[in-house]
Amino acid sequence: MDAALPVSSDAALTLSVRGLSVSFRDGGAQVPALEDVSFDLHAGEVLALVGESGSGKSLTALAIMGLLPGGARVDRGTVLLESCDLVSLGPREMTCIRGDRMSMIFQEPMTSLNPVLTIGRQLTEGLEIHLGIAVATASARAVELLRLVGIPSPERRMREYPHQLSGGMRQRVMIAMAIACDPKLIIADEPTTALDVSIQAQIIAVLAEIRARLGTAILLITHDLGVVAEMADRVAVLYSGRVVEVAEAEALFDAPRHPYTQGLLSAMPRLDWLAAEGPRTRLAEIAGVVPSLRDRPDGCSFWPRCPLATEQCRREVPPLISTSDGRVAACWVRQVAA
Amino acid sequence: MTTATTAIAPPLLALTGVRKEYVPRRGLFGGAAEPVRAVDGVSLSVDRGETLGLVGESGCGKSTLARIILRLVAPSAGTLRLDGQDVTRLSRARARAYRRRVQMIFQDPYSSLNPRMRIDTLLREPLLIHGLARGGAIEAEVERLLSQVGLATDALSRYPHEFSGGQRQRLAIARAIAVSPEVMVADEPVSALDVSIRAQVLNLLADLQQARSLAYLFISHDIAVVAYLSHRIAVMYQGVIVETGPAREVLRHPQHPYTEILLAAVPVPHPRLRNQAVRHPTGETSVPHGAPSGCRYVARCPIMQRRCQVEPPELHALADGHFVACHLR
Repeated sequence: MDAALPVSSDAALTLSVRGLSVSFRDGGAQVPALEDVSFDLHAGEVLALVGESGSGKSLTALAIMGLLPGGARVDRGTVLLESCDLVSLGPREMTCIRGDRMSMIFQEPMTSLNPVLTIGRQLTEGLEIHLGIAVATASARAVELLRLVGIPSPERRMREYPHQLSGGMRQRVMIAMAIACDPKLIIADEPTTALDVSIQAQIIAVLAEIRARLGTAILLITHDLGVVAEMADRVAVLYSGRVVEVAEAEALFDAPRHPYTQGLLSAMPRLDWLAAEGPRTRLAEIAGVVPSLRDRPDGCSFWPRCPLATEQCRREVPPLISTSDGRVAACWVRQVAA
Repeated sequence: MTTATTAIAPPLLALTGVRKEYVPRRGLFGGAAEPVRAVDGVSLSVDRGETLGLVGESGCGKSTLARIILRLVAPSAGTLRLDGQDVTRLSRARARAYRRRVQMIFQDPYSSLNPRMRIDTLLREPLLIHGLARGGAIEAEVERLLSQVGLATDALSRYPHEFSGGQRQRLAIARAIAVSPEVMVADEPVSALDVSIRAQVLNLLADLQQARSLAYLFISHDIAVVAYLSHRIAVMYQGVIVETGPAREVLRHPQHPYTEILLAAVPVPHPRLRNQAVRHPTGETSVPHGAPSGCRYVARCPIMQRRCQVEPPELHALADGHFVACHLR
């Protein structure tokens, strides 16, 4: 639905995903997992891809990176990284692009770092492969990268192994590795979820600093609306493999358009409200359960949980359309400007 | 005691000076291992119908404390009292009675439900073990439990894997309340759940507390979730309680520098509040070895003074039930 996505920035388009559909094999059948996912990400922008488990947010990241698990395949759609269509590239070409023009940060840094290589070696390896620079130059650059992500005494850390670092420090190393080749795009998949609250805030600050200093576009994949509120410029909300709403972060938190987004926001306990005087209000609930991709309902996937659902919602999948007030949502009921 | 009419009733569950030390295994070269103090002199209490929220980061000892209360590990020192009675050491028979009165729910409901048992078996089991119902009454009780946690009776013939995470947590809650406990220890009960499901389970816990006057010890790293359910909050750092008080009071006027940092680190609830948030530089927690000479927080504390390095601060009262362990407050 190209027409639905208004140009929201004058900055250069870094990533453009259009009509991306991914399915996976389940027994004999091909089960659709992502359906017609479209969004844009501009240089220096943070776009949050928000969703719960099974929404397809991580699958979207893996499809962009060309790292889909066995049995999953891209059926349709394009993924343009600065005008280069990644879907059409072969594995060898993708290997050149990953780590160089785009890179990824994962939730659990311990599992993505090699436990038997020093921090220094893991950082210089990528530099030597992608940039073809000499060992000495690579080391100097690695120290500089560690300093950039706020690691104290980086020269000493270069000689240490991942297990000698705390969780927060390991995630900083992951970020240093991700920015090593000055990528255009960083995909950060739940980068703070495994960390303690106080460390989370530090990692968010490091990512914000990287974006500001290097102008890297960040695709932030998260289930945590707090992290979205801290970091994102724009938000795309995924539900059951489809984009249900795209909005500027402030507009989304001010007045969510899709009933699912609305439900998510009011299900979040807010410290500022809990600290306020007066009786405590009950948290709003979204009834029901997140549908599994195998038995996604007909029509809008959210209708069984939606307070506004109509007959049409049960039959037809609502397209992602933009209303006259510039809001973009996939909802039959909320098709007119508020 | 019939003469105790003038005395104040003891709290339902009370811990006094509870400590737990672990001696790490000797290293490869057999160096003398210093004991790790996971919990170091914790005193707290919970009353009927009350939720005490226990907040802290990973490794602060909050889960060890939960295991001590559940009598899964024995404390190295200190006492545990239920209704005023010392339950730190119990005979087998009395331990069983204690387990009926103090139940638990954990983060991952899947690992606490036997995957080979059908739901009706899972819910009957605690009733049978504790001899709480027999014959036809069991049937009725099991159905009543299911409806109390918001599940339909068609669940009875199914197995745990057929349920979503939120439903499994409801089943774990049903199993815990089956024996009509008085205290419920909930260790990160909603941390593994999706946002849209989390509110359902939190509200269910609130409703059950209301209906059954349950006492909750609600443990989580997520201070916003803790604040939603708790009447009082206790903040734990490296095995000790550094601050405790009425929930709203702690949120509005945090006294310990660590509580301040924890609250400041919570993500803002709206993007527009981003730049108003105060950000403190913070270090990271390390596991405490041996007994520190001063305050455990000195290494990270922005207002630390000389005295803090040599003298460990005791919890002292500031105002109505608000206590802090800090020399400077």
